[in-house]
Amino acid sequence: MKRTTYIMMAVVFGLFVLSWIYKGISLQSNNDHYILDGFLVTFSAFLTLAVLSFLYTDNPFYKFAEHLFVGVSAAFWMCLGFWTTIVQNLIPRLSEGVSGFFKVPYLPGPYNFFFFIPVILGIMLLMRLSPKGGWISRWPLAWIIGTTAGLNFIRYLRSDFIKQISSTFVPLLGGGQHEWQGIGHFFSNFDLSASGQFVALVANWVIFLGVFCGLVYFFFSKEHTGTFGRASRVGIWILMITFGASFGYTVMGRISLLVGRITFLFRDWLGLVS
Amino acid sequence: MADLGIIVSLVIIFGGLVALFVRSIQAREVDRRIIFLFIFIAVAAPILFPFTFSETATEVVKGVFDKIESLPEGSKVLISFDFDPAMAPEVQPMANAISRHSLEKGHKIIFMSLWATGQALLTHSLANYILPGFPEKQDGIDYVNIGYKAGNEGVLNVIITDFRKMFPTDVNSVLLDSIEVFNGVNSAKDVDLVIAIGGGKPGPKEWVLFIGDPGNIPIGFGVAAVVAPQLYPYYPAQVIGILGGVKGAAEYESELQKTHPRFRDMDTPGLRMMGPQTLAHVVILSFIVIGNVVFFRSRRREKKA
Repeated sequence: MKRTTYIMMAVVFGLFVLSWIYKGISLQSNNDHYILDGFLVTFSAFLTLAVLSFLYTDNPFYKFAEHLFVGVSAAFWMCLGFWTTIVQNLIPRLSEGVSGFFKVPYLPGPYNFFFFIPVILGIMLLMRLSPKGGWISRWPLAWIIGTTAGLNFIRYLRSDFIKQISSTFVPLLGGGQHEWQGIGHFFSNFDLSASGQFVALVANWVIFLGVFCGLVYFFFSKEHTGTFGRASRVGIWILMITFGASFGYTVMGRISLLVGRITFLFRDWLGLVS
Repeated sequence: MADLGIIVSLVIIFGGLVALFVRSIQAREVDRRIIFLFIFIAVAAPILFPFTFSETATEVVKGVFDKIESLPEGSKVLISFDFDPAMAPEVQPMANAISRHSLEKGHKIIFMSLWATGQALLTHSLANYILPGFPEKQDGIDYVNIGYKAGNEGVLNVIITDFRKMFPTDVNSVLLDSIEVFNGVNSAKDVDLVIAIGGGKPGPKEWVLFIGDPGNIPIGFGVAAVVAPQLYPYYPAQVIGILGGVKGAAEYESELQKTHPRFRDMDTPGLRMMGPQTLAHVVILSFIVIGNVVFFRSRRREKKA
């Protein structure tokens, strides 16, 4: 490593210790675990700044935070999976003695061999770690993929295909609480509010034309010229507006995350805001 | 002081933007890190010097609000915390607001999670944000935390027929049969409303696919902004309402404060976040405008040349 890297690490370490002492002292008055909490807040701030430092350039602090995050996440998911599924769901159904050991209530019932199938599949999945028996893990993996595909096929067909198509069949002259009662009634009750008939009608027409023109754009068996081409042009505009809305929402989401981190730094770490 | 601070910040931000615009017009390079700095200042300034906007709930947010409002006291509401700490700043405000609202209306709440990280966040939220405002509510009688189970869609596929097969106990290892909230609740079909809060997989979409549609159970969403546009097509036929991103949370908090005086002084992180959101969006829009102006100018210059 370069000399500047050592200097940088020494500076960061020094700042870390200073921050720990400062946080510990500031938490001392209302916290019995002020040394530990001071360390945790400082370490969280260090990790936040380490990740954000990537925006400047790649560096060892970012690498450390990235690797730590991946490792801790994997360990956390594995531990919680063990305690909530194997300990809470499987063991109480298999053995009273082991249930007592783990302090979970025993669930008496008829002996059921099927409870062992997930155990066997789980052990087979772990065979991936074995250099020679790695192929065994493909069987439970195939089971998982097959089951998920089968379950999702039915659910997607119902919710994302049939129900979505039926949701596209909207009344173009109003329906439900906006039943069409003639042009005179429409103009005498004209309302521009979101709950009014005019907006409901416009929304239904946008859905109808948007879906129709969007489908036309993806119909490549006919040349996109004339009226067909114009409909296709409207279709691409609809798609662009949709992508724009998605982009806008993504920006909002990312800014929210940044707000969360900066609020943590200013409030919990530096104490600048209450 | 706050007003002065935000005025000074605005002068700095927009002065800097003008300088960037001039620099871009002169066809000089702008380092990407300058843009990051602008976004940082635009977000940090309203946090240091807060300003808030008044919000009015839109129809799609009111759908969730009105449903919770109209359910009779004692109705069973299932709230699922399907998110992680990275998503929490965005969806935690809506999770807290909806939970508080449901408790205020006297509904019996079943809290659960399809994400391992959701269980820890759920326990933390209950202890630090939600329950301190309701000291009279009792665990097991007014609410229950049944925690996390591994299995993603598989968990939903089981609880649509039998809760106890997948969740024999709550997080404290108390059998569901001895928990009052679960009286008369055998499967997800027995709850009156499901609120899915999240934005990943498994998340709100899986709740519609595996619980809402097959069981004909009313579902409301509180979702991260990134996935909100993909979920709006489910409204209103398949979901009763959607809180999309922090804007949805702000609208919900605003509606809650308007209709329930008890919540006038509650913490409103959603509303607070709208200040930084607005300023950051204005800065990003400015960058888009600057980029486009410079692009079209340079193209016209090239054509002339």
